Amino acid sequence: MPEILIDLAIIIFKIVFFTFLVVLPLVPLSVYFERRFSAIIQDRVGPNRVGIPLTLFGAKKDFHFFGLIQPIADGLKLFLKEDFTPDHVRKAFFWLAPALTVVPALITVCVIPFGPDVTLFGRTEKLVIADIDVGPLFVFAISSLTVYGITIAGWASNSKFPFIGGVRSTAQMISYEICLGLSVIPVLLFYGDLNLNHIVEQQAANGWLLLPFWTDGHFSLPSLQTALFLIPAIIAFFIFTISIFAETNRMPFDLPECETELVGGYHTEYSSMKFAMFFMGEYAAMVIGSALIVTLFLGGWSAGFTLDQHISNFSIGDFKIGGFIHVGIFLTKLLVFINFFILVRWTVPRFRYDQLMKLGWVIFFEAALINVFLAALIIAAPQMAGAIIPIGAVLLIVVTAAIIWVAKVSEPPAKILRA
Amino acid sequence: MPTIKLTRPKLDAGENIYFGALFKGFFLTMTHAIKSLRGKSAGAKSLASSGLGVTMQFPEQRWDDHMPEYYRGAPALVTDEQGRERCVSCQLCEFICPPKAIRIIPTEIPSDDKWAKVEKRPLEFDIDMIRCIYCGMCEEVCPEQAIYLRKDYLISGTSRAEMVHDKKKLYEIGGTRVGLVNKWNELK
Repeated sequence: MPEILIDLAIIIFKIVFFTFLVVLPLVPLSVYFERRFSAIIQDRVGPNRVGIPLTLFGAKKDFHFFGLIQPIADGLKLFLKEDFTPDHVRKAFFWLAPALTVVPALITVCVIPFGPDVTLFGRTEKLVIADIDVGPLFVFAISSLTVYGITIAGWASNSKFPFIGGVRSTAQMISYEICLGLSVIPVLLFYGDLNLNHIVEQQAANGWLLLPFWTDGHFSLPSLQTALFLIPAIIAFFIFTISIFAETNRMPFDLPECETELVGGYHTEYSSMKFAMFFMGEYAAMVIGSALIVTLFLGGWSAGFTLDQHISNFSIGDFKIGGFIHVGIFLTKLLVFINFFILVRWTVPRFRYDQLMKLGWVIFFEAALINVFLAALIIAAPQMAGAIIPIGAVLLIVVTAAIIWVAKVSEPPAKILRA
Repeated sequence: MPTIKLTRPKLDAGENIYFGALFKGFFLTMTHAIKSLRGKSAGAKSLASSGLGVTMQFPEQRWDDHMPEYYRGAPALVTDEQGRERCVSCQLCEFICPPKAIRIIPTEIPSDDKWAKVEKRPLEFDIDMIRCIYCGMCEEVCPEQAIYLRKDYLISGTSRAEMVHDKKKLYEIGGTRVGLVNKWNELK
């Protein structure tokens, strides 16, 4: 068989496997976790009954399977509902909008590294669909297309509240994309590489960005530069995580779509399968956002603490399949983060729209910008002449103080509220 | 009323950085979730929870054992300890029933019967359980202590005809009740 056909088949298999058999099932699974974990936080039980109906096959009792069949029941319900298009909508855009929301979220799966190399049948395969050298740029560019989907959804619905919801959501997403991009730059400066696969490999070998306690297979304390770099790394981590919350319209930034505010926001007029696509798009964006956070800051598929080489070398005969164990580790970290999303939803009250905008444009933008310069100073310090480092530090402090002063001075004066 | 001028309270630096409050919040929520998983949420005991939060999971656990005294379930007719059916078909419950769920057809007691003094008894007594709202007015108004609301609530059927409890069924679920006022007995 010609080599190119085998390559093509493997790529198609990877696409189908990772997008449709790993990430897409993670969407109803995260819905299940959302319902279950939310219920546990609220002293309830959550769905725990939809199981395998063994009584249909003659057994005495159904096996409840902890309610894990609930996502399948949900999916079936959404699939079989009537797909209603109201008369007053703009038909072409109405049909286009859900696709524009869900497709970009699923396309970004192709640059996420799920694991290291595996060797099967004599071929070494990377566990990432597209090992391109511009990973984060690709993700940010493609996920910005989601904004189009939401805007068109709000506008095509031809109704007041979806329109307001769509406009609000658009403005919010665009505002937080700036801090999203800026906050990643320190990480890219540190690794000198935009290839997500290489970033994770370096983290596996030399310590995660936020936990740099090993190098080259043995425990060691971080060098001064790496330890100092923890400061901009932690700031970048916080800004990036919070921006991912804002990008996916998730609490506490879900003003455009929460029920008490705008009925359903931009997806009010949608039913059944189109609503399911919006739903899938939102949760898929959440999954991809978590995957990015884990990849950039917490080591991706790496188990850390000098265990990675041993796991990667695990092989059954000729098949080096340690990579699949790493996929399991990656998915575990992903699930922990998704649960963190759910925890934040029930902990933090919603932000008012002006507070949201102020956070994105005034606080995070400036913080991310200063973070970039701070990171650059720390990384370039060994190569700079002795006098430049303190000058740079002082300049940075002065600029920070100036920005804080400008922000404080331009705040509107406290209004006197009437009793 | 004098006008009181208020200003928004000023936040100090620690409160302005939202993270402190955030982490306290996470801690609160997580401890709440862990307590719920262990079955130790507040109120779990008194609400007879199933071990996960405060929820009583229905078919496996029910309130049936510790139902309150005043609970109003399905209505039923009772028989005396002397074997007489208490109802004299005065039709008071039929008239007071708000959704008109009760239908009675009275008939005479023949004069050679042991209880001829009572003079009337129901020929047919239907309570349509689909209409019944379990309000208990029939029990309150009955002058003969004949109709009582029991504690069962799981009334279901597969057709409307099945959901109408006729006289036989009502006496069956009512059973015998002792300690009632026997005003139709012979004077001692």
